[in-house]
Amino acid sequence: MSLEVSENQLDAIIRAAIEKHGDQRDALIPILGEINQALGYIPGEALGKIRRCINTPEEGLFLADSHLYSIASFYHMYSLKPVGRHIVRYCESAPCHVVGGRQVIQRLHDFLGLAPGETSADGRWTLFQTSCLGICSVGPVIVVDDDIYGHVTPQRVSFILAKYR
Amino acid sequence: MKPIRSMVLVSNDPLSIEHGAGDVFQALQAEIRRLGLAEDIRVGTIADVGDWEETPLVIIYPEAVVYSPVTAEDVPILVEEHLLHGHIVKSLLGKMHEPVGEIAWLRTRLGTLPVQQRVVLSRAGVIDPESLDDYLLHDGYSALGKALTSMTPAQVIAEIEKSDLQGRGGAGFPTGRKWAFVRSAQGQPKYVICNADESEPGTFKDRLILEGDPFSVIEAMTIAAYAVGAQDGFIYIRGEYRLAYRRLENAIQQATQRGLLGDHIFGKDFNFHIHLHAGAGAYICGEETALIESIEGKRGQPRPRPPYPPTYGLWGKPTLVNNVETLANIPPIIRNGAEWFHQFGTQRSRGTKVYTILGNVNFTGVIEVPLGITLREVIEIYGKGIKRGAQLKLVQTGGSSGSIVPASLQDTPMDFESWRKAGVSLGSGALLICDEHTCVVDLAKVILQFFRFESCAKCAPCRVGTQRLYQLMSEISQGRGAPEYLDEILVLGRDMELLSNCGLGQTASVAVRDILKYFRDEVEEHIYQRVCRAGVCQIPGSPPAEFSMSQQPAAQAD
Ligand SMILES: Cc1cc2nc3c(=O)[nH]c(=O)nc-3n(C[C@H](O)[C@H](O)[C@H](O)COP(=O)(O)O)c2cc1C
Ligand code: FES
Repeated sequence: MSLEVSENQLDAIIRAAIEKHGDQRDALIPILGEINQALGYIPGEALGKIRRCINTPEEGLFLADSHLYSIASFYHMYSLKPVGRHIVRYCESAPCHVVGGRQVIQRLHDFLGLAPGETSADGRWTLFQTSCLGICSVGPVIVVDDDIYGHVTPQRVSFILAKYR
Repeated sequence: MKPIRSMVLVSNDPLSIEHGAGDVFQALQAEIRRLGLAEDIRVGTIADVGDWEETPLVIIYPEAVVYSPVTAEDVPILVEEHLLHGHIVKSLLGKMHEPVGEIAWLRTRLGTLPVQQRVVLSRAGVIDPESLDDYLLHDGYSALGKALTSMTPAQVIAEIEKSDLQGRGGAGFPTGRKWAFVRSAQGQPKYVICNADESEPGTFKDRLILEGDPFSVIEAMTIAAYAVGAQDGFIYIRGEYRLAYRRLENAIQQATQRGLLGDHIFGKDFNFHIHLHAGAGAYICGEETALIESIEGKRGQPRPRPPYPPTYGLWGKPTLVNNVETLANIPPIIRNGAEWFHQFGTQRSRGTKVYTILGNVNFTGVIEVPLGITLREVIEIYGKGIKRGAQLKLVQTGGSSGSIVPASLQDTPMDFESWRKAGVSLGSGALLICDEHTCVVDLAKVILQFFRFESCAKCAPCRVGTQRLYQLMSEISQGRGAPEYLDEILVLGRDMELLSNCGLGQTASVAVRDILKYFRDEVEEHIYQRVCRAGVCQIPGSPPAEFSMSQQPAAQAD
């Protein structure tokens, strides 16, 4: 996930996404998802580009950039800011909380020196909080990129994160 | 196909994968091939193995022997001893921390486990979820076949109505009646939506069904489409459920190839297509009208209701929305008849219920038991008691929006009727069991944080109310609460219940209200004495020894 995205790269991603999901309004969320997946975030310019590709006033569809922004900012899995090389998400819902999640979160904050939503200065980490991820039977749970870690203890935090450069 | 002698299954839930299940799988295949056993022995994967701390698991049928944790290095011994010579490798056997599914059932017969009655999870953990053949071998598609060849749509609906099946998505609405509404609604086309957005904290039953038995949901949706007269269906699956998504994708593809989905299903004049739609992280999209908005490509904000989806749903057309677990009940009911279904559960609440047991118990995971068993039974029998012999303090049922049940009510039978009477919602089936070391103020704060974060911000009572409730509880937890806060919480909670647009705001205050009902003294201690008896809340400068009415905020803020 690089922080700099070239114009061409973005165009290519959007084109491929529209090819796959269509150019109707109901394709918006999947398209945004593809961009977020590819780049780790949705650059502001992407919104206008998508709008131009799917706006067909003759079919009665008038979307402004602000509509797209309101959608992109609504869903928690999308980021509108560039993210670090690795994304750390911690679950902070009650089932994880009562089995030791509180201590794990504290440790994560201390270790990374980040508040939720922040990216470290060296571009290595972005920290996000999420609601329950549906894996609470092995709580507390953290997710690094696509890897899920269950039964996390404060001691394990640094070992887990050491795997990611 | 030549009959196989043994089936070897490797667990591949997320934790197993983290612990190297992939390597074990490959090593097994290689070793079996090397010994020339590939013809007789099949290697597969399973998703739902209950919850083992020591993964990955290797399970060998028909003996149902469970090895865990297994590493790739163990594989040669395992294959040679067990599969070639037929000796159980004692040193690798899993600890008695029981899995679910067929394995549990076999163990039950050996007298080591209390019985679970499995209807919707009967195949999970037993079949290969990526193989349509396996599904067909286990009664798969016999229900759709029966419906299409010997029943009219009206008869299908009548059967479901007779079964008294109630929705498992939270509200408990009679499923048959909902189907009848959609069938009789004016307007074409009609849609069937499977609500797989499961995001209620502590709930992952739908994930297990989708990962362990994806075809059953596809079959059920097809039956529903036949019954209500729909041609297109959507599965709205939460974005984080990647494995379930892939399994469904595969299931749809295989079913389409075999003519069980698509045009002219079973050679009949009946077409049905299923589209997968992944969510993007928003709890509110589980609410059916928000879900519909989201499929349409908008912010997932609930619509004003009425009109309800059966008359005004996706793109304004009649739409059936059912939860995954509700749907998974359909094929067995059609296959075996409504009478058969009545043997499970109680008079007023038929069937089984999948619960997720969480928190401070020795066994956490999923169980499927008849409606009507009590919390005490769940904790003692299936949860194996409270961890480290501590005392039960409370249970939160049904996820964040669920009620708080104090230990004193643990003998109420859990069915829709009794709990409704006791003012408790069965909700999503999550049972969060908390021991004496839990602080109720801290718990309330976490629950409210969830709502504050997930409120869709469409209506003011919910948007502002969730923030304010959180703020008040947060102050109390830091020893800065004032006595009048408690009244404000109750009044605000009631207002939100009455004025919010959807269930999120309407139920956001349920847990706090219950906490104030059953544990008011403990909350008051945080305010008056500025102590947290569980030692969880960090109160600056506490505890002052004697009772003090001082309402002065603590000197240092945060
Ligand atoms: C805030 C909120 C969240 C919900 N989340 C879910 C969910 O994740 N899954 C689900 O099946 N139903 C959820 N529901 C209930 C649905 O609105 C709907 O009642 C249900 O899908 C109907 O299915 P059923 O009749 O099969 O139970 C939620 C409701 C509300 C108010
Ligand atoms: S509460 Fe953390 S994963 Fe469910």
